[in-house]
Amino acid sequence: MQSNAALEYDYSLAKKFTFLTILFGILGMVVGTLIAAQMAFPELNYLLGEYGTFSRLRPVHTNTVVFGFTVSGIFATWFYLGQRVLKVSIAESKFLMVIGNIQFWLYFVVALAATVSLLFGVSSSKEYAQYEWPFDLGVVVVWVLWGIGMMGLIGIRREKALYISVWYYLACFLGVAMLYLFNNMAIPTYFATEGLGSILHSVSMYSGTNDALVQWWYGHNAVAFGFTVPIVGMIYYFLPKESGQAIYSYKLSLLSFWGLMFVYLWAGSHHLLWSTVPDWMQTMGSAFSVVLILPSWGSAINMLLTMKGEWNQLTDNPLIKFMVLASTFYMLSTIEGPIQAIRSVNAIAHFTDWIPGHVHDGTLGWVTFMIMAAIFHMSPRMFKREIYSKKLMEAQFWLQTVAVVLYFTSMWIAGITQGMMWRAVDEYGNLMYSFIDTVTVLHPYYTIRALSGVMYLTGFIMFAYNIYKTMTSGRVLTEEPQFRTPMA
Amino acid sequence: MEMDLRNLQGYANIFMTIFLVVMLYWYIIHLYRSEKKGVRDYEKYGNIALDDSVTSTPVEDKPASQREYKEENK
Repeated sequence: MQSNAALEYDYSLAKKFTFLTILFGILGMVVGTLIAAQMAFPELNYLLGEYGTFSRLRPVHTNTVVFGFTVSGIFATWFYLGQRVLKVSIAESKFLMVIGNIQFWLYFVVALAATVSLLFGVSSSKEYAQYEWPFDLGVVVVWVLWGIGMMGLIGIRREKALYISVWYYLACFLGVAMLYLFNNMAIPTYFATEGLGSILHSVSMYSGTNDALVQWWYGHNAVAFGFTVPIVGMIYYFLPKESGQAIYSYKLSLLSFWGLMFVYLWAGSHHLLWSTVPDWMQTMGSAFSVVLILPSWGSAINMLLTMKGEWNQLTDNPLIKFMVLASTFYMLSTIEGPIQAIRSVNAIAHFTDWIPGHVHDGTLGWVTFMIMAAIFHMSPRMFKREIYSKKLMEAQFWLQTVAVVLYFTSMWIAGITQGMMWRAVDEYGNLMYSFIDTVTVLHPYYTIRALSGVMYLTGFIMFAYNIYKTMTSGRVLTEEPQFRTPMA
Repeated sequence: MEMDLRNLQGYANIFMTIFLVVMLYWYIIHLYRSEKKGVRDYEKYGNIALDDSVTSTPVEDKPASQREYKEENK
């Protein structure tokens, strides 16, 4: 208890997780850009022997951006805004500080070790759940520690009402815990066979269609509770705070929250349309995906309406630009997803490049833009210094915006071309094209995607540099800015 | 019609969906009604994000019996 010192928020944990967000962001995006280039120029597969092939690096990319970059961003923003909206400093409880620090170091070790394990080919081969069982256990411990810290902070809060962002972080915690546990249920072969085989190998508890169902219930909801729920939680805090405008409709935020919770969990089977899962389940996946537009747009429109009467801020504050664009990309990807989940559209879209196109307008345009905006907002408060360069931020914004547009437009064209070519038949019903015909046609679009990756990565490095310079040589602030983030 | 497990799952799903939709609509009505009756002003919670200094007065204070850091830290 700090009875003599003035009470202040403690940002040490938020800072640590911010560094990790940037580190894993660079790592994940470098690998992502490399594998995008490999799709266009296959010779790039042979740079590092077995460690440089697409098949090894693809899971490294996906897991690093999900469990490294995004999860660090979630932790960093929680340790920042959690304190603020609950009006309690985490330093008021030694226990919570200790738990938070253990969580940080354990997370750092587990995330790094798990990434390296994928590079060495240790994989359970379940998409977005490739970590083998010892790393899964590590992830579970980290998550439980976060839960203890979160509940603890809520327990000692001064603000009785839980702000809407806290609801979203709680949902993220509970949702990911449930999904991760169920999908990763596996038997380690070494113990089941009394010592045979590798200790780093396991067999899933599910098989066949059941495995597919659990996997995509997990896969789709990992997007829900990792890429949507906590990011909505972030924008509900950072956009009002940065603009000085309270949420347009708090009631709509509550309704959208429950709508999202209710609908999202049922939509996963849209990943399995035209497959062997029961027909009614496929229909349910399609129907719920379309209904999902309502709560998603409810939040996005609520954010845009928060700027009502204050749109001039969009022109003179680049941070508002980042967040409004994030919200807009959220709207785009949440209308695109339901369209892809309609059976007839899915017949063309499934397995094509339109799907990674969709994923990336969500992850690059929505998730990463929002996390970067959050870090830009937090930095002057955490480091007590002005943002180093507004011009650099503007340049980064435009470079990355163009990159996202190039990414998804090239993948739209590539995906639909691919889908149409695969199903084209001649007058006798024979397929008109072989697989390699599609690859030849798609080459220019793969090249554009690789280029967009280079542009986005360059923008992210500009972001990292701007934050580094802010920490080290930004103008020192004498008092904490209330709303708008100061920048040179 | 034969009522096998798969059919049952389908019907259970439809009824649960209807039930949850009714709940959701009831929630909208509940939100507006409690505001109209003056039970709770939901919109004031939006200020939690704007006025979030550690020394700010909470929008809704916790009961004194729970914790009183403010007094301790004055």
